[in-house]
Amino acid sequence: MSEVEVLLGDDGEPWIPPQRFSGEYPIEIEGLSNCFGEQTVHENLSLAVRRGEILGVVGGSGTGKSVLMRSIIGLQLPQKGEIEVLGSSITDADDDDIDVRSRWGVLFQGGALFSTLTVAENVEVPLREFYPEISSELRREIALYKVVLSGLPEEAADKYPAELSGGMRKRAGLARALALDPELLFLDEPTAGLDPISAAAFDNLTRELQETLGLTVFLITHDLDTLYAICDRVAVLADKRVIAVGTIPELLATDHPWIQEYFNGPRGRAAQDSQHRERGAAEKHVNAKAMDNPATGQA
Amino acid sequence: MEMRKWAEFTREDISDGKGRIAFSGPMTVSSVGIIDQQLRDIGEGLTAVDISAVTEIDTVGAWIAWRVSRDSGAEITGASEKAQRLIAAVNQSSGAPEAEADKPTPVEVVPAALGNKMFAARRGLIGSMGFFGGIVVAFGQIIRHPSRLRRQAVSSQIEQVGVTALPIIGLMCFLVGIVIAQQGAVQLKEFGAEMLTVNLTGRISLRELGVLMTAIMVAGRSGSAFAAQIGTMKLTEEIDAMRTIGVSPIEALVIPRILASVLMMPLLGFYAACTAIIGGAVISGVTLGIPIFTFLARIREVVLMHDIWVGLVKAPFFGLVIALAGCYQGMQVKDNAEEVGLRTTMAVVQAIFMVIVMDAFFAVFFTSVGWG
Repeated sequence: MSEVEVLLGDDGEPWIPPQRFSGEYPIEIEGLSNCFGEQTVHENLSLAVRRGEILGVVGGSGTGKSVLMRSIIGLQLPQKGEIEVLGSSITDADDDDIDVRSRWGVLFQGGALFSTLTVAENVEVPLREFYPEISSELRREIALYKVVLSGLPEEAADKYPAELSGGMRKRAGLARALALDPELLFLDEPTAGLDPISAAAFDNLTRELQETLGLTVFLITHDLDTLYAICDRVAVLADKRVIAVGTIPELLATDHPWIQEYFNGPRGRAAQDSQHRERGAAEKHVNAKAMDNPATGQA
Repeated sequence: MEMRKWAEFTREDISDGKGRIAFSGPMTVSSVGIIDQQLRDIGEGLTAVDISAVTEIDTVGAWIAWRVSRDSGAEITGASEKAQRLIAAVNQSSGAPEAEADKPTPVEVVPAALGNKMFAARRGLIGSMGFFGGIVVAFGQIIRHPSRLRRQAVSSQIEQVGVTALPIIGLMCFLVGIVIAQQGAVQLKEFGAEMLTVNLTGRISLRELGVLMTAIMVAGRSGSAFAAQIGTMKLTEEIDAMRTIGVSPIEALVIPRILASVLMMPLLGFYAACTAIIGGAVISGVTLGIPIFTFLARIREVVLMHDIWVGLVKAPFFGLVIALAGCYQGMQVKDNAEEVGLRTTMAVVQAIFMVIVMDAFFAVFFTSVGWG
């Protein structure tokens, strides 16, 4: 171990990787206000994300969903308010001093891949940045299995972003977001622009990864099917704040007109119905199996 | 003080070269980096990979455990439920290193490079002919239907290329005028011919320096901007969007830039020559004892009318070359951000090179028509 260069933090002390977050709320936002000139986007917004959940964030266009995400990950300094991520404050930290950065992964809307690097090299960037002691061979192996984990064929690893389709670029972006085995995953409209089959596959992938890796997912979406299929809770952004957080049945029980229109509009109905149908089919399937084999049916 | 925890492993030999390996401590992305190399050298002959003493595991740890078991043919034992889940998630990848193409021999490299260059040159030639053809067609369209000229774009480009360049070009040429007059005066004094400083400054500014310095400045300011703007629009698919709406990118982007450069170059060149002469007059007044107004009055006597024409005739051609290089290189951008930088550099280098080549031709031409 002696030949290993000991990494020093900014204060000269050896750098110690943080422990996994064990509190209840990995993201806590209190009294957040964001203004751009005359226009107020958020006013006194509060939200807490539970550990291990997939939280869907919905809201009309221009209600500041992306601004909220940018505030949480420290790209947008709010005018007022307190944001804590994984137990450390984002709003009080210096710009370059947010050390929880190694513990979250972000998938931007367009993928935001580095266009001059291949997919594998894109995944290697955060590894190289945070863990220089990892050899290039191991880095390459990690990049490859992350690419496969994100649902891309292994051959895609050596392609450049310009050679990939939109859906593949999103998956490559996801692979990069997962590079450091983060505890928190931010997804900005992951299924926007995907065909329904790819969108459903992406939803399943998100759910699977969340379960396997124990992630907490902050998911901005317009996709009602995604909300029904994978979100544990949904936060609704309107009137410059989060007007409601809860499971979809809980939200349906509120009488806010926007929520009612959102979930009970024609598209909301359709998503709801398809969800019922899917559940129904799944149950039937299970029942049929139980009939075939009474023993397991009883068990 | 808290220490950074690293993953550790021990190898126990059982019998006849067989052994088992046991990991302990955390096996995560932040802790396995240093044991990786030792694990690669551990070789075969393992029967078991025991991870029951691992305190924490993530996908990187799972990968390492799985890779060791795969390479040595050993079985993983003592895996927690989480570890099993993670191993199942990562073992779909082969982990093969990047496929390296067969290295060509030097005998192959040279002809291959030469051939690639030839094909690239052919593509470039065809591409540029298409581009210039497109410009000629677009000009033809505009002459037949003058309403198709985008006046607003032209005037905004004129502002960008011409008006906003005035301060920097003025200052630069003022200083160049000072240098020419001062250095000229030092040499001419040897012959007692200080008054010829006026001839030197006036004629060289109007014939060569004004327009050449302006061309270099415009290539650096505007030629590069053309390439970068159009190149970025190409990357963000704005150019494709224009085409689908039925707007010709040549008409909307290239023609206004060409017109602005062609129109502004003579004006800027003349303005640059004037500021250079003023610079010369100022330094002469200060160091040679030639009053500024005497200097300026002398200019009218010694500078010939065709000196002004020599400068003004060249300028629009220089403007054309700069705009063509900028717009052409911008249109060639594809795939990635690096390309924008590369093409921008190429636009400026090509523009300045072409300007100087043309300047040499013009010098010979004007001398042979008696405007020497």
